[in-house]
Amino acid sequence: MEFFRNTNIDFLGKKWYFLGFSLVFSVAGILSMLFWHHVPLGIDFRGGTLVYVKFAVKPVDAEIRTALDKAGLHNANFQTYGPASANEMVIRLDEKDTNEADISRGKDSIIAALETSPVAGKKNINNSDRIGMAAVRAELAERDPLHVASTEYDAQARKVMDVRDTVNHGILRSMDDLQGQVPGPVLDALKQGFYTANYGIRQSDVVGPQVGDQLKQQARLAVGFSLLGMLVYLWFRFELIYGVAAVVAVFHDTLITVGAFSLTNQEITLTVIAAILTLVGYSMNDTIVVFDRIRENVKLLRRESLADIVNRSINQTLSRTILTSGLTFLTVLSLFLFGGEVLRGFSFALVVGIVIGTYSSIAVAAPMLVAYQDWRRSGAAVSAPAAGKGRAKA
Amino acid sequence: MQKNLLTKTIIIIAILLIFVYGILGPKIFSGEGLKASLLDRIKLGLDLKGGTHLILQVQVNDAINSETDRAVESLRDELSKAGITFLDISKPDRDEHAAQVAIKGASLDAASKLRGIFTDRYREYDSTNSGEGNWTLALKPTYIADLKTRTVDLCIEAIRRRVDTLGVSEPAIQRNGFGNNQILVQLPGVDDPGRVKDIIQSTARLELRESRGGVYANEQEAINANQGQIPPNMVLIHGKSDSRAGGDAVYLVSRVPVASGTDIRDAQTGTKSETGEPIVRFFLTVEAGKKFAAFTELHKKGGVDPANLGIVLDDHVISAPSINSQIHDEGYIEGGFTEQSASDLAKLLQSGSLPASLHYLTERTIGPALGADSIKAGVNAAIAGMLAVLIFMLIYYRGAGINANVALIFNLVILLGFMGFSGTVLTLPGIAGVILTVGMGVDSNVLIFERIREELRAGKAPAAAVDQGFDRAWTTILDTHVTTIVSAIILFFVGSGPVRGFAVTLTFGLLANLFTAVFVSRVIFDAILSRKQRGEALSI
Repeated sequence: MEFFRNTNIDFLGKKWYFLGFSLVFSVAGILSMLFWHHVPLGIDFRGGTLVYVKFAVKPVDAEIRTALDKAGLHNANFQTYGPASANEMVIRLDEKDTNEADISRGKDSIIAALETSPVAGKKNINNSDRIGMAAVRAELAERDPLHVASTEYDAQARKVMDVRDTVNHGILRSMDDLQGQVPGPVLDALKQGFYTANYGIRQSDVVGPQVGDQLKQQARLAVGFSLLGMLVYLWFRFELIYGVAAVVAVFHDTLITVGAFSLTNQEITLTVIAAILTLVGYSMNDTIVVFDRIRENVKLLRRESLADIVNRSINQTLSRTILTSGLTFLTVLSLFLFGGEVLRGFSFALVVGIVIGTYSSIAVAAPMLVAYQDWRRSGAAVSAPAAGKGRAKA
Repeated sequence: MQKNLLTKTIIIIAILLIFVYGILGPKIFSGEGLKASLLDRIKLGLDLKGGTHLILQVQVNDAINSETDRAVESLRDELSKAGITFLDISKPDRDEHAAQVAIKGASLDAASKLRGIFTDRYREYDSTNSGEGNWTLALKPTYIADLKTRTVDLCIEAIRRRVDTLGVSEPAIQRNGFGNNQILVQLPGVDDPGRVKDIIQSTARLELRESRGGVYANEQEAINANQGQIPPNMVLIHGKSDSRAGGDAVYLVSRVPVASGTDIRDAQTGTKSETGEPIVRFFLTVEAGKKFAAFTELHKKGGVDPANLGIVLDDHVISAPSINSQIHDEGYIEGGFTEQSASDLAKLLQSGSLPASLHYLTERTIGPALGADSIKAGVNAAIAGMLAVLIFMLIYYRGAGINANVALIFNLVILLGFMGFSGTVLTLPGIAGVILTVGMGVDSNVLIFERIREELRAGKAPAAAVDQGFDRAWTTILDTHVTTIVSAIILFFVGSGPVRGFAVTLTFGLLANLFTAVFVSRVIFDAILSRKQRGEALSI
């Protein structure tokens, strides 16, 4: 089976279309970063408070707003998270309301605000921030319904947590959900100590602004230095202009991907940074494959112009480019479609990045080599950038 | 040729077995089942498994302050002993210049004597004379740097002991970043994170101090009761009023404790015999016990200088009972404990106090349910994607597709085995590294196969085409892999936690890929070719 054989597409002849395409997307992204959504940073980098809540029944926005306002959390905003059937919501507070002196105050007040009908003398068993295996065990040991040593309650407490977290995905709708899972007297004791509020805490993130700044700085340095490292290696293996062209292409990909996050107003989190690093590696890989062919052909076909060599090299590697990109895209697309809400930002970056990364090695990196040679020719007649340093085999 | 092939095959199988063992570990022999052994070896990160991730800032200034506080007290003693008069010894600024101690108005003719004392007993300080008997002692920068490091180390140790008493399995407690005095605490699958957080942060600094006068309602009343002036060696500290209601009150206590955190040898819960209410007993070390015995002898009822014993916990007076008789090395704390809070405090005292207070900079808690749900969806999606790739390779390259798939699966086995051996934790960014590895693994095979097809089209015999195809693709594969590994290594050194996970899986994935896509795949080709008749076509 074979898709492409002996293609002969004049890629360089379309360089103005490519330039236009790249410009449109880069500029749209830059404009959005400057004037529209800016760069929507996640709380990893910006600081802030996020509380992921699961409700027993479909939450009513107005009720939540009222509860939050009542607790003085006028700046808090919230939105549905994941599929509607999961009844999940993420409630957030800005970095301004997240103070390092008392970092969990925002989180604690959100949890307190949700507690609309507390039961005196009992604890909410769904508040996983406070109630875990240790708390359940302590409660049972104190009430001692089975009249055994307190260590005997370990297994019962573990079972209760299992039912809450694994079987019921984080929330008990009523204490009777435990019916049949624990002995009757234990259930009665639990009912005396706990009640089930209509919400449970699935995850909470509180990041102070200081750590956010630190991470921002680190992410910048990491990306900057790794690009520099690649540049130096390519300089050593090929020639400086090859390194520059590859790094420009990768930068172009990163810019457009970040632009896509800005345009769609999706947050850039630490995991998204990992995805961007992946696309940098991927796009670089693609570019080097084309460059390697160019280097080889420059040695084989000394008579031909660089433009022809570049065109021929792109065509020769086209089958491989489409195949590899297509297959990687397939994996990533499956992650984007079926990977769930947690992976959404991550897989979105990869979906965009792989398309752009493949495009850029053909449409940005390779034409840059030719443009550079044309520019040098027009300045002073110097030799073509024949990559002689590498040990390409003829 | 045949013999060569056999050696290579043996090498490949040996390596494969080693890494399969890396994935499954010794447990596989004890019959615990495949899944259990696998989960035991491949550790999942907090983002996948659920747990608590905390970053704490150590307030190292606290440690510097207590060092200079001690110097202020001992200087007063030393100077008095040496017969040097002075107006005041104090610290100019606790917040901005915690390392400085100022001596004001020391007698002018005692300058050389003072210098002698400084070089003899305060070697860790730089002294400057600003004239008129005013001196400034400042801790040397090297000493401060050392003190900060020591403080963070002590905090890490104390946190570790505390976490251990909670029975959290496999906690990770380490420095965060360089030189910013932060501690990273990762507690996988922890129950009730709120309580754990409180226990970690509690300084648990128990101090026994001399307490004079009564219980004052507020600071003004305390000052009035002492003729408008607090004695220089005393301070006012807030605390509970003696009544059960526990309102706010002010106590006059000595600036320097007679015994504090590190002097505590042990602590236990107990009950008060008269009332049956929970108390916390503490026991002092031998040395502190001697000091404490002398102190209580001096200040007991009817002693030379009767005073109360101020029990101060985290800068808060718990109680200030009078001293009935000499006490050697033990005492107890009472006052409104429940059984749980008494046992928590006893554990804290056992684990030792923190040498400096801690602030939380970050706290993230991923519920166990969310971790499980997200990994399920992610793993299913990744497996579906992988299967699609494997099937496609078989269809597109037929016989050679088997090569590619074997190489790809070997690659994953080696990568997972490496993670099992090295204890590397698999996180979401780590999965990104795996995806890039798989992508580049597929790419290596595609590069080689396309080259072989090109050579075959050019009319070469299968053996020669395979030879040339591998040879030519090798340069490209080497370049792409080295470039990516170079950047991954840089990421490892520059980046923090999650980015590092990405860098580690990527580096080893790519190294494994150089072996599988080039060496293993080649051996399979050679094996196939060696069985073929001359002129028979290659399935690719």
